[in-house]
Amino acid sequence: MTAGQLPRWADYILMPAINVAAAFIVSGLVVLLIGENPIEAVKVLVWGSLGWNEGIGFTLFYATNFIFTGLAVAIAFHAGLFNIGGEGQAYLGGLGVALACLALDRYVPWWVTLPFAVAGAAAFGAAWAFIPAVLQAKRGSHVVITTIMFNFIAASLMVYLLVNVMSKPGSMQPETRTFEDGGRLPLLQDVLPFTDFGSAPVNFSFLLALAACLFVWVLVWRTRLGYEIRTFGANQTAAVYAGISPVRITVVTMLISGGLAGMMAINEIMGSQHRLLIEFVSGYGFVGIAVALMGRAHPVGIVFAAILFGMLYQGGAELAFEMPAITRDMIVVIQGLVILFAGALEHMFRPALLRVFGVLSAPAGTPA
Amino acid sequence: MTRSPCLLAGLVLAAILSSAAVAEPALVYSVGGRFDGSFNEAAWRGAERFAKETGESYRDFEIARDADSLQALRSFAARGLSPVVAIGFNQASAVDAAAKDYPQTSFSIVDMVVEAPNVRSVVFREHEGAYIAGLLAAMASQTGTIGFVGGMDIPIIRRFLCGYRQGAASISADTRVLFNMAGDTPAAFADPARGAELARSQIARGADVVIQAAGGTGIGVLQAVADAGKLGIGTDSNQNGLHPGKVLTSIRKRVDVAVHRNFSDARDGKWSADVQVLGLAEGGMDWVIDADNRKLVTPAMEAAARAAETAISEGRIQVHDAASDGECPL
Repeated sequence: MTAGQLPRWADYILMPAINVAAAFIVSGLVVLLIGENPIEAVKVLVWGSLGWNEGIGFTLFYATNFIFTGLAVAIAFHAGLFNIGGEGQAYLGGLGVALACLALDRYVPWWVTLPFAVAGAAAFGAAWAFIPAVLQAKRGSHVVITTIMFNFIAASLMVYLLVNVMSKPGSMQPETRTFEDGGRLPLLQDVLPFTDFGSAPVNFSFLLALAACLFVWVLVWRTRLGYEIRTFGANQTAAVYAGISPVRITVVTMLISGGLAGMMAINEIMGSQHRLLIEFVSGYGFVGIAVALMGRAHPVGIVFAAILFGMLYQGGAELAFEMPAITRDMIVVIQGLVILFAGALEHMFRPALLRVFGVLSAPAGTPA
Repeated sequence: MTRSPCLLAGLVLAAILSSAAVAEPALVYSVGGRFDGSFNEAAWRGAERFAKETGESYRDFEIARDADSLQALRSFAARGLSPVVAIGFNQASAVDAAAKDYPQTSFSIVDMVVEAPNVRSVVFREHEGAYIAGLLAAMASQTGTIGFVGGMDIPIIRRFLCGYRQGAASISADTRVLFNMAGDTPAAFADPARGAELARSQIARGADVVIQAAGGTGIGVLQAVADAGKLGIGTDSNQNGLHPGKVLTSIRKRVDVAVHRNFSDARDGKWSADVQVLGLAEGGMDWVIDADNRKLVTPAMEAAARAAETAISEGRIQVHDAASDGECPL
């Protein structure tokens, strides 16, 4: 351990825990302000999300979305890129999933459709990240600007397709027909023995999300490409000096990032909604940024952060039911605070923590 | 069922609450929330009126995204509430699924048809209301150009636009109808600044009466039109009072009536699973004359609108529904 650094466990576990605790304390004050009991609110939130089978199921369902979008943001982070186009990439990923499902669902079982759906999701998501990536790599147009603009283009494109091209005839609703069994993933409780998540939509894609975590870990820390990505992210000049092509790394990283974001649609479209509909992404892409920040861009951290946000989504819904004074907007406030403490104010507690660890490790560290 | 003590507690609680009277009704708003000044708010008013008249209570819930709907409907059904009324076509699939899971619970959906033995569907013939709006707009216009600002380019808004154009064409085939949609994201129905911008651009192109069919975005449309000294037309709720003397009329979609009727039918034991299509004839669509716009609607305009209303109710005028085939013949 060098001076000015925390032990790894403190960096990866203690710091996020402190940040989350701080966010919850401030949220508690807000709850107090609107005249509700914060302890009671936390109880409902935790109970609603982890206290019963169906609650856990919903928490994991939301977490699946966040793992994909979180990984997408994280991999871009490693290359020093800030991909905030997860929203649009996931939207387009939905198109890829739907095309595969609509083409195959009547003829083959789900496990035949799945590889095509995964390929479609990844390909469409990646394609949507491709243009911003090339613009960044070749022209220096900042991806933060271009990816967020592509979110709007994605929204327009999808509304056009769903209203004019893909909608069921005679339907008021901008959505495709419902997939048959061949386009539906089995529920997690039907795949894993001894599990029961009630009517929660958590499905096979949760396992897919965990596999994606492993994939990202291997890619970033165990491959040559991952090494190049990290080098490029740490110091672009040094990377170029070492013979790493900035164009190649930028484009490849963004393609992987977009592909991962697109995979989110597997969970929503093939796992739960069983049809392509407008606005199904509804903010999951953006929450992915918070998840990646909190999870320190490490797959394990992202899984935990995703579960935390899943808890906020699911527990928040329960909270809104049990305590009508606390609306869904409160959950947005809590989320905002988590992002604030985990992302923006990351260094607030760090100096204090460093001092504590400095004191603790000093006697052991100095030979007598 | 081992799945949930919480559920059980809810059921017990619901049983205690409802042991004396019939079950408490519930309302699930569409995205946009209770006080959107429009569609959801109309639903809320219907529920409030029911609560005031009967002294009964009701529960409600605001969904943040379409995907929340099923969870909300199930939660209410599991708590023993009935009927559970879902507002908005975007909840249709959720109602369908929830109705299968809770066959003993009565569900209702407003703005969409769901075929199930325990679901009542209430739909509106918005195009009929829009026809009256177009007719009045064309008569009130000095320039011969009128405007339409919609939320999103989806069938339900196209249907409204098409009715509006037909109404305008019934006065004069030369009436020019400008139309714009606010966007393609959920913000399309919640962006007053964008609404104002679109209205201003239509005014600059000659429109002097502009209708809004864009929820929260429409508040900006009416504001911009009033600022420019032109006339606006409100929708869904009575929006005449937002800018007295600057809102020609409001085309109301009586979501409040639909909700109120659902609640009180259930209370009186008259609730049935059926499809109710509410147009001008059934009082499901209407337009408002009150102190705020009395001076704007001339006797000639009122007479023409009333005549059209009667003709539509009697079937002598058929207002084409653009959502049925995507076409808008004029």
